Amino acid sequence: MSSIANMGGTDGWGRATAPTPDEPVFAEPWEGRAFAMTLLTMGRISGRNLDAFRHALGSLDREAYLDDGYYGRWLNAAELMLTDSAIIAPGAVDARVRANQGESVEQPPAPEQDAKPDYKPTAAGSLRTVEEAPRFAVGDRVTAKDVDPTGHTQLVGYLRGRTGVVTIIQPAALLPDTHAHFQGENAQHVYAVEFDSRDLWGPDAEPFTLTADLFDSYLEPA
Amino acid sequence: MTTINPDRLSPALRTEALEQLLTERGLVDPAVMDKFISTYENDVGPLNGAKVVAKAWTDPEYKARLLAEGTAAIKELGFAGPQGEHIVVLENTESVHHVVTCTLCSCYPWPVLGLPPGWYKDPAYRARIVREPRTVLAEMGLTLSDDVEVKVWDSSSEVRYLVLPLRPAGTEEASEEELTAHVTRDMMVGVAR
Repeated sequence: MSSIANMGGTDGWGRATAPTPDEPVFAEPWEGRAFAMTLLTMGRISGRNLDAFRHALGSLDREAYLDDGYYGRWLNAAELMLTDSAIIAPGAVDARVRANQGESVEQPPAPEQDAKPDYKPTAAGSLRTVEEAPRFAVGDRVTAKDVDPTGHTQLVGYLRGRTGVVTIIQPAALLPDTHAHFQGENAQHVYAVEFDSRDLWGPDAEPFTLTADLFDSYLEPA
Repeated sequence: MTTINPDRLSPALRTEALEQLLTERGLVDPAVMDKFISTYENDVGPLNGAKVVAKAWTDPEYKARLLAEGTAAIKELGFAGPQGEHIVVLENTESVHHVVTCTLCSCYPWPVLGLPPGWYKDPAYRARIVREPRTVLAEMGLTLSDDVEVKVWDSSSEVRYLVLPLRPAGTEEASEEELTAHVTRDMMVGVAR
């Protein structure tokens, strides 16, 4: 999905921020509350999973993704997962804020029946065992598929259609593309693939290599 | 940047409201939330990674294990947990500099570095470090000479990366414990050297 979250290589963000020493973990108390509540929401409360959370983040509009910062987007994604799973009603959060401020506002009741997905992980975490041997070996040249799926994917946009070399065979893992949508874990081999900057950005690019981790189904032999 | 809708409610107020809605129904326990917050404010942070690096600087056998099987070697020091299922350690040398990002979200090796700092989550870093890393690093205060090879790592799966920085000159006599004070979070992500 070419969402706002797929930021690699995009323009218009200005200069990078110089690090500051002793930056607090949470700049304001609400950020810590949003962080903790989102962790609890992800699996336990909404019945969803980490990839569904990433998909929820990528489903936010530009304003909801950017304007409240990192933990603001966590909060917005948590609210989206909770409404998608019918744990809370749409608009319930804003109505509660207005009620807390003394406004006379009708607060939508919690849905009578939740709509948690039919989902249960086969094991903890995301690493899995795949019986068949990896399709590619270290040193193989591979091309990232030039596709733009409509659902969740971690095939980063700026690598699509580009060719690189496998440098590490990583542990196999469940496939975010289907896991995010509760369509099965579909564990696959994962490869670290190294690209030359000029193959990504043209002959005038700064010289460097870029390595990303790519799932087997994202790749074809070059 | 985008314009902010004046009708939008602040995230602080919305966080408070959501916590009320979930707590009233027994879906979250604020004490559990407090524990999560306190863990990442006080216990899990870059000091963990600094201990790993200092040990690697002083113990060649540990360093070999760390580079071969990062996750297991890190676990020897007691560090494991969410966002640390499989950690690969990247060794900086005089001629190679590694720098880590996550362009898709802000994935980060929590067990060794804690939660990511503001600059790591900044769209400017996520978007540009994979396109013009030397320029971005210079903006952040690290100017690399042309003869240093730059390797950028985009954490696009569940693999997490930790940079093993160069041991600073003049620390030959320092103990492992003293060395931890020389290791910064920024060095372990690769925006300092």
